[in-house]
Order: sequence, then C-alpha cells, then structure tokens
Amino acid sequence: MPTAASADPDPAATATPGTRPPSAAQGQSGQDAVRIEGLHKSFGTLEVLKGVSLTAKQGDVVAIIGGSGSGKSTMLRCINFLETPSAGKIVIDGEEIEMRADGSPANRRQIERIRTRLAMVFQSFNLWTHRTLLENVIEVPIHVLKVPRAEAIAQARTLLQRVGLANKEDSFPAFLSGGQQQRAAIARALAVDPSVMLFDEPTSALDPELVGEVLTVIRDLAAEGRTMLLVTHEMRFAREVADHVVYLYQGQIEEQGPPAEVFGNPKSDRLRQFLQSVS
Amino acid sequence: MELILETLGLTETAALLSLSSPGWGANLLRGLANSLQIALGAFGMGLVIGLFGAYGKLYGGPILRDLLAIYTTVIRAVPELVLILILYYVGTDLINKLAQFMGYGRVEISGVVAGIWVLGIVQGAYATEILRGAIQAVPPGQIEAARAYGMPALLTLRRVTIPALMAFATPGLANLWLIATKDTALLAVVGFNELTLETKQAASSTRSYFTFFLAAGGLYLMVTLCSGVVFARIEKWARRGQPSLRQGGL
Ligand SMILES: Nc1ncnc2c1ncn2[C@@H]1O[C@H](COP(=O)(O)OP(=O)(O)OP(=O)(O)O)[C@@H](O)[C@H]1O
Ligand SMILES: [Mg+2]
Repeated sequence: MPTAASADPDPAATATPGTRPPSAAQGQSGQDAVRIEGLHKSFGTLEVLKGVSLTAKQGDVVAIIGGSGSGKSTMLRCINFLETPSAGKIVIDGEEIEMRADGSPANRRQIERIRTRLAMVFQSFNLWTHRTLLENVIEVPIHVLKVPRAEAIAQARTLLQRVGLANKEDSFPAFLSGGQQQRAAIARALAVDPSVMLFDEPTSALDPELVGEVLTVIRDLAAEGRTMLLVTHEMRFAREVADHVVYLYQGQIEEQGPPAEVFGNPKSDRLRQFLQSVS
Repeated sequence: MELILETLGLTETAALLSLSSPGWGANLLRGLANSLQIALGAFGMGLVIGLFGAYGKLYGGPILRDLLAIYTTVIRAVPELVLILILYYVGTDLINKLAQFMGYGRVEISGVVAGIWVLGIVQGAYATEILRGAIQAVPPGQIEAARAYGMPALLTLRRVTIPALMAFATPGLANLWLIATKDTALLAVVGFNELTLETKQAASSTRSYFTFFLAAGGLYLMVTLCSGVVFARIEKWARRGQPSLRQGGL
C-alpha cells in the first residue's frame, strides 16, 4: 500500500492492530506508543502549531503544560485527527497515519481503527446524555469493537466499580456531579483498552472539591503503567505523576524534560515566568 | 341501548352511521384508514427527506444548500392546496409521459401512493427545518466523542445524533404529524377517497350533512388525542437523560 507523501514507508504498518512492526530505522521505535514529528497546524492564517515533535514510550506519562492558547488542545486533537494537521507525521504504536499532502487523512478506515486505540477524555466530559453510565461505557465496545454484549457489560461493571461508580450504572449523566461524570468518562475510555489515553484538562471544568477524586483515578492509571498524554493546569499533579513534561509556548516546545528538571530547574525564562504565574 | 337512543332522538343518526349497509359508518372508517395510511407514509417520507435536507443544509456544498433553500422556501410559501394540485397533476402527467416514452401504456397511479408522494414532499420541507434546528441543538461534544472513539459517520448518526436530537425534535415533529393527518383532507380535491371525501359523499347522498361532518370531526379529534398520547410517551423517552425543568423546587 503506497503511503502518500511519507518519507518512511513501512510495509508492516498495515498489519493487524496491536502487532508492532520491527522497524529498522530506529532501534527503539517499537516501544514508541506515540510519535509526533514536525506537526504543524494552522486555522486559516493563524498558525497554532509550528513544528512540534514529541515521543511517548509505552507506559510513559507525558504532561503537557503551557499558557492558554499555546496549542495544547490542538496538539492533542491532531493526534486522533479530531483536527486535521496541516503537515507532519503521526505514528501510533508504530503505525504511521496515512496523510495526504495537505495533511488530511488518506484512509478513513485506518483513522477509525487507530482512534479505537486512543481514548480521549475531554474537559467537558462529553458523555452521551441520552444513555446511562453503563450504556455509555458499553457503547464503543459493542458497536465499534464488536465485543459480545454480555462480555461488554461485565467489563463495564468492573470499570465503573473501579472508578467508584458501581451503584450509579443506571443513572443518566445529567443527574451526576462533574466529578462523577468525568470518572464515568474515564471508564468509557478504559473500556476500549486503549494503548494511549489522551486527557485534555480533565479537571478544569470541576469544582475544586471534586478535582481530587478524578486525579486519584488518573494517578492509579499512571501507576499501573498506562501510556498517557495529559494536558493539565494542575502543576503539582503533573510533577507527581509525569515521567516527562513538555512546555508548549505559542505552538512550539519551549522546554521539555523530567519533571524534576522542568519544575525544579527551568532553563527558559518563559517557562520560569509561566511557572511563577500559575503557582 | 335502543331505548337510550330513542329517548335522545338519535335512532336515525345511529342508523346512518351504522357499520352495516345501509349505514355509512364503514365508508367513513375506510376513509379514515386511507387517511391514516397516507398520513403515516407521508410523515415517514417527510422524515427521510427532512434528515437528508437538514444534513444537506448544514454540511452540504453551496449548490446543494441553494437547492434545499429553494425547496423549503417554495414549499412553505405556496398554499398546500395549490401544491397538492400542482404536484398531483404534474407528477402523474410526468410519470405517464415517461411511461409512454419508455413504451409502456398509461399507468394507473394508486391514490395512496400519489397522496403519500405529494404530502411527503410538503412534509419534507417542514421536517428539514425542524431537524436542522434539532441537529444544531445536539451538544457538539457528544458527536465529537463518537468520532474520537472511532465511530464511522453512519453509526454516529444512528447511535448518537438521532437519539440526541429526538429530545429537541419531538414537539415539532408531533405538530408535523398532526398537520399530516389533517392535510390528507386536501386530497379530496383530487378525488382521493380519504375521510373527508367519504364524508362528503355520505352526507350528500343522505342530506345529513350535520351528522356526517360531526362524525368525521369526532374521528379527526380521536386521531389527535391518540397521537397526543403516543407523542407524549415518545417525548418522555427522548428526554429521559435530561433533568425535568419542573424538578428541583420553586
Ligand atoms: N477551531 C478553531 N478555529 C480557529 N482557531 C482555533 C480553533 N481551535 C483553536 N483555535 C485557536 O488556536 C489557538 C490554540 O488553541 P488551543 O485550544 O490549542 O489552546 P490551549 O493551549 O489548549 O489553550 P487552553 O489552555 O485555553 O485550553 C488559540 O489561539 C485558539 O484561538
Ligand atoms: Mg485547551
């Protein structure tokens, strides 16, 4: 299968999901859960991402921080093609997403398949309001992944229990607190057994007293070795759970490194100012 | 029973409305059945047109959007009676010309099919606007979540958009359905045997105008009342995930 406009056509990239091709180009690429190279994104004339490159290995927790409008959400949304990148390369589990020259996806099926391996948790939860929590969690396994219904339900109950919502499975989202809704959204994300979880400010829409319950769930997931990209304004939390911290400034990575370095010994003036302004 | 009718002076009325001949009750019921059949068909066809129309208006290219704008504007501007006459005569004429052109003889077009077709086109214009508004009322985040989890477009439509828009569309669609049931009466002008025409025939044969039109009015009212019950249930179901505005005090 010819991959349009890509420098490194990988014949194994079209293999069955989950099998990672042994890539010759880079020795460690088999362990990369997400690799972004030279990602650009413009909205009209506004260039929001100006060439971002980022790698998350299996089991990595990458925290993405930065000021408002720096392009954090846009970057996360480009990874699963909720936004169409203008240019760049995105590789998930060693499988490169086929893009046309203008960045639009060349293979809709591939995008849909890859999206089931990337679970997104939104700032505003985005649960399906006409479905109960249980129905929300089983929806994708049953209708997209074709898991047998009984199996999906059993798994969903386990997940709801895990996020502390065992007794709420028949409730509709609108009748729950923000923290409960976000935990349900995390259960929905886990139900697809994703290779990578994408969190876009999962606690920003929550009342302060509800933030903790959601962070606890995310902390557990990090500890169990889930790969995640986490956009957050909770600096203390980022420092605690992240393996790697990326500071985005006006569409470019200004500084990145281990949390102790980035938070404890920031090199760039902008990062230093940013950290002062949020603490 | 007979005693009651007699004391009320309704013996004659009962005879006129009797289901067995020489009463005209069966004719009225047959007319009602025809009316309902057309109304259901037209409403269904209107929903399908409306869904395509709404999507076309929201996401279509400029040409499609213009065409749909013309369709909804013209249909909603011209009186329905005129539309029915135009669509019925033009439609049947076109089909016959086409049939002759392709070497078939004159085709007999069934009244029910013609009625559904004509009213369906009218209903489609209104349904387009109702559904367009309802689609826009669905929180975009819910559709985005479906996309983010790999749902293809049609599955998203079926599992997320349509169930979510029902909450916003049901009241408007209920109205549209009632209009459909009553618009069937307009088909009397093209000689279709729906409830109104059957009533008129019964009334003029027996000269009991008051009795028959009152009976027909009663039947239309019953349809409306039953529809009300059905749509109330549909709406309750469609809004199941939304807190009631009345709950929560004050
Ligand atoms: N759909 C869009 N159309 C036009 N401009 C957009 C769109 N989405 C985002 N932008 C712009 O892109 C820039 C980056 O937005 P983005 O949402 O990625 O920032 P962010 O870092 O997530 O900020 P925040 O912390 O406020 O969420 C902003 O200037 C925003 O106005
Ligand atoms: Mg954002």
